Amino acid sequence: MAEPAKQAAEQREPILQVRNLVKHFPLTQGLVLKRQVGAVKAVDGISFDLYKGETLGIVGESGCGKSTVARLLMTLETATAGEVFYKGQDITKLSGRALKAVRRNIQMVFQDPYTSLNPRMTVGDIIGEPFEIHPEVAPKGDRRKRVQELLDVVGLNPEYINRYPHQFSGGQRQRIGIARGLALNPEIIICDEPVSALDVSVQAQVINLMGKLQDEFDLSYVFIAHDLSIVRHISDRVGVMYLGKMAEIGTDEEIYEHPTHPYTQALLSAVPVPDPEVREGRERIILTGDVPSPANPPSGCRFRTRCWKAQDKCAEELPLLAVPEVFKGKETAAAHESACHFAEERQIVPAA
Amino acid sequence: MTELAKSQGPGAATAEPAAATGTAEPAPARITQWGEIRHRFMANRLAVVGLVLVLLLFLTAALAPLIATHDPYAQDLGNTLASPSGDHWFGTDALGRDQFSRVIYGSRIAVVVGLASIFLACLIGLVLGALAGYFGKTVDTVIMRIADIFFAFPLLIGAIVIILVMGRGVMPVILSLAIFSWATVSRLLRSSILSVREMDYVTAAKALGASTSRIIIRHIMPNSIAAVMSFIAFSVGTAIVAEASLSYLGVGVSPEVPEWGNMISSARDFMGVKDFLWMYPSVAIVLTVLGFVFVGDGLRDALDPKLR
Amino acid sequence: MTTNEKTAGKAADKAAEKAAAKTAAEPGKAADEGKKSAPLLEVRDLHVEFKTRDGVAKAVNGVSYSVDAGETLAVLGESGSGKSVTAQAIMGILDSPPGRVAGGEILFHGQDILKLPESERRKLRGPKMAMIFQDALSSLNPVFSVGNQLGEMFRVHQGMSKKDAKLKAIELMDRVRIPAAKQRVNDYPHQFSGGMRQRIMIAMALALEPDLIIADEPTTALDVTVQAQVMDLLAELQREFNMGLILITHDLGVVADVADKIAVMYAGRIVETAPVHELYKRPAHPYTRGLLDSIPRLDQKGQELYAIKGLPPNLLHIPTGCAFNPRCPMAQDVCREDIPELRRVTEQDGTELDGRGSACHFWKETIHG
Repeated sequence: MAEPAKQAAEQREPILQVRNLVKHFPLTQGLVLKRQVGAVKAVDGISFDLYKGETLGIVGESGCGKSTVARLLMTLETATAGEVFYKGQDITKLSGRALKAVRRNIQMVFQDPYTSLNPRMTVGDIIGEPFEIHPEVAPKGDRRKRVQELLDVVGLNPEYINRYPHQFSGGQRQRIGIARGLALNPEIIICDEPVSALDVSVQAQVINLMGKLQDEFDLSYVFIAHDLSIVRHISDRVGVMYLGKMAEIGTDEEIYEHPTHPYTQALLSAVPVPDPEVREGRERIILTGDVPSPANPPSGCRFRTRCWKAQDKCAEELPLLAVPEVFKGKETAAAHESACHFAEERQIVPAA
Repeated sequence: MTELAKSQGPGAATAEPAAATGTAEPAPARITQWGEIRHRFMANRLAVVGLVLVLLLFLTAALAPLIATHDPYAQDLGNTLASPSGDHWFGTDALGRDQFSRVIYGSRIAVVVGLASIFLACLIGLVLGALAGYFGKTVDTVIMRIADIFFAFPLLIGAIVIILVMGRGVMPVILSLAIFSWATVSRLLRSSILSVREMDYVTAAKALGASTSRIIIRHIMPNSIAAVMSFIAFSVGTAIVAEASLSYLGVGVSPEVPEWGNMISSARDFMGVKDFLWMYPSVAIVLTVLGFVFVGDGLRDALDPKLR
Repeated sequence: MTTNEKTAGKAADKAAEKAAAKTAAEPGKAADEGKKSAPLLEVRDLHVEFKTRDGVAKAVNGVSYSVDAGETLAVLGESGSGKSVTAQAIMGILDSPPGRVAGGEILFHGQDILKLPESERRKLRGPKMAMIFQDALSSLNPVFSVGNQLGEMFRVHQGMSKKDAKLKAIELMDRVRIPAAKQRVNDYPHQFSGGMRQRIMIAMALALEPDLIIADEPTTALDVTVQAQVMDLLAELQREFNMGLILITHDLGVVADVADKIAVMYAGRIVETAPVHELYKRPAHPYTRGLLDSIPRLDQKGQELYAIKGLPPNLLHIPTGCAFNPRCPMAQDVCREDIPELRRVTEQDGTELDGRGSACHFWKETIHG
């Protein structure tokens, strides 16, 4: 999370490369003879890189496709098109043993601590299951000890090994889920809203734990969330998604202090900030209307139906995710990838 | 001061026993899932009453020859329709057979038919329900449409048709009850699997690379079977009633066999005159069904891990 | 062991002070209560219990607060703090059993509504007080059109004809700025987006122009860009109708712009009351301070977040003394023994701070030190 990690990351090869990832869920009609009448374009061409030891935050509102991205990266869904390269190998085309091997290295932490743990298994069985699936990771006699070590690592009493999930609170359950994700020593952990179901006072504990674990095990995180403050806190780089597309991507400073996409600006301005002084110095952009349906997205720029800058060009031409022409070659934090025809810098969050 | 010192250590508080601050209360260090379920079941008074009734039924069936005071088939035409007495506790029927012994022996048919038919129904229903629930799509559609057909057919009428074709006897009764009960079992299991399948812990297991069989056996089944278990207990009771009804209608086991439905049926002519004739077998049926219903209720509560 | 001695000394101090404080301010009553006429709603020492399998859960343990017409009170708390249960008790929609009001008074226009028979209380719900819930989809009936459900308020309570009720429904939908209200009045709840559904809920609550609205996490289920729209609308309508508004939330940021005063709840008690800005600038309870510190900030990238240690309390076994003591960095022996009263907070020189109260033995150290 710290600066040195970020700089090092820039020199290194990406550990995960996502290229033009697409996921369309077909909409069918008819009971027996199903015919396709359309598709929900949950993810519609997304590309990004993840470097070793960094955290990439992905933010967006409900329905923007961020959770589908998580499932695609975990190969829990089959991609409609596009590739996900893990160390140069396209994992969307893998199956069987090869896929199982990759799964050791990419793990997931879920949003809901109440449904992500099997209520009929003990904590020991839950955290130990990865070893049963991948017996080569830990010999049988070692497993109990490994599970207790993992409990200790996530800040739970190792004596809890024989308890059941319902005997724990939400925050403790999330720690158990994290321990399960860590068991196989993965390199990448995909976190899908890992703290949004937790109380504020417990949220901070879990966020701190995740930061600590990242340093300790040199983990790379893809951190998916709707809470922009939390994403800023934990991320080195941030991608903003809107309706299946990446609107803007850059370092946390570029996105939060020098946003150039109007959607990012609106999103940032809408974040409720409890500090009255910060709030007074801040302008608010209140968007009109709702997010359109991903089954029938607008032509051209997806955001144009709610955008105050929209012109004819926005309806005709799809803006590509690239460094905008105006900023090209300039030494400014605004020169980062943004998918807007009329990208311009606008400071929403005062620099601290 | 130790308390204070402890809570000041970094992370110490989060590792504190849940009993101190968290949601879980006095949890013994080592409890097995079954131990806990048994404990919860036993804490439920009605469930225990049900269990006692069911055990009594099984015991009676197993030890019928020892408990019965007379041969249930032996006719004594010189002592018909006798009121309950020291020799014939429940009186005698129109053929002078000892009612008490017949009620006792009747439990055998009840147990055999109830258990066997539901066992068969579960065999078919659980396998088909699991297939439909886990694989979904075409498999699901085909299995569920077949289940619909059996589901829609009134049990008694369907059973009568089958028995008319196969002839009377214990086996045809068991078969016909099984054929018309599996559909409910499979539907229940299917819908339960459908909801469990969407749980994050199933996704988590997939993400770990778990095999399909592992996911079904370790994750889906233990969590979806609970909803079916209590229904199965209910169904045994229902099957016993259905069996008695078939006998009452004269399509069940042969009339000379000691069986509760048969006994009530033959008491029809004496209703209002010799009420003890239908009363004792009826009480036997009611107690049996109540036993299974209470056990089913108790199971449902005991198997739910969230109710604690 | 020097700390030990210090604690003992402080504890003695506190005890003396507590006696003084008790006479000065009854817990939770507004400081200037005596001068004004009765507030719109006043909750006094409310207790609510729930019977569970494992014992009695004390969800609300002596809550007192008041709201005036045109005033917005935000009740802030985490899950299990009792903030929603208090609201349900006010509305009279507590699930009982297992829940039951175990003590206290709820004065509405000066009348204790807990003493009213259920038939009388039902007449209050709708025309006098209304509630907005977090999940608009499950609060609306899926088989009736939105216009029908809005119109029902007028048909049932005011005996309006079907036609008039529908016109009223359209008017209301216009009011909460649902575009093309006339065309959409016959649509069903699932045909609206989350933000629009929440607007319909607001319209329904406003229909009979009640004096009091309770909104329980009204924007939690909504996206950030929609959250702001809905919250602004709610605040604006509240001003327009001069209603009392109780906003229940776990997110201080959401209410900061609209609330006049705020009450922080923990384990079924109010631990701090203050005007919103004051609360943020100078919290007078360690729990409030911990909450504020543990929120990540949009404008800066911290190294490590402050985290309140430990877990939220188990309502079956609330810690003795101050319920927050096992998690509190300032806890001393007195905190484990005595339940701190909600007492007035003053400046260092003794000048009173308007509307401020803290239920902490060490509020002075918290706010000034």
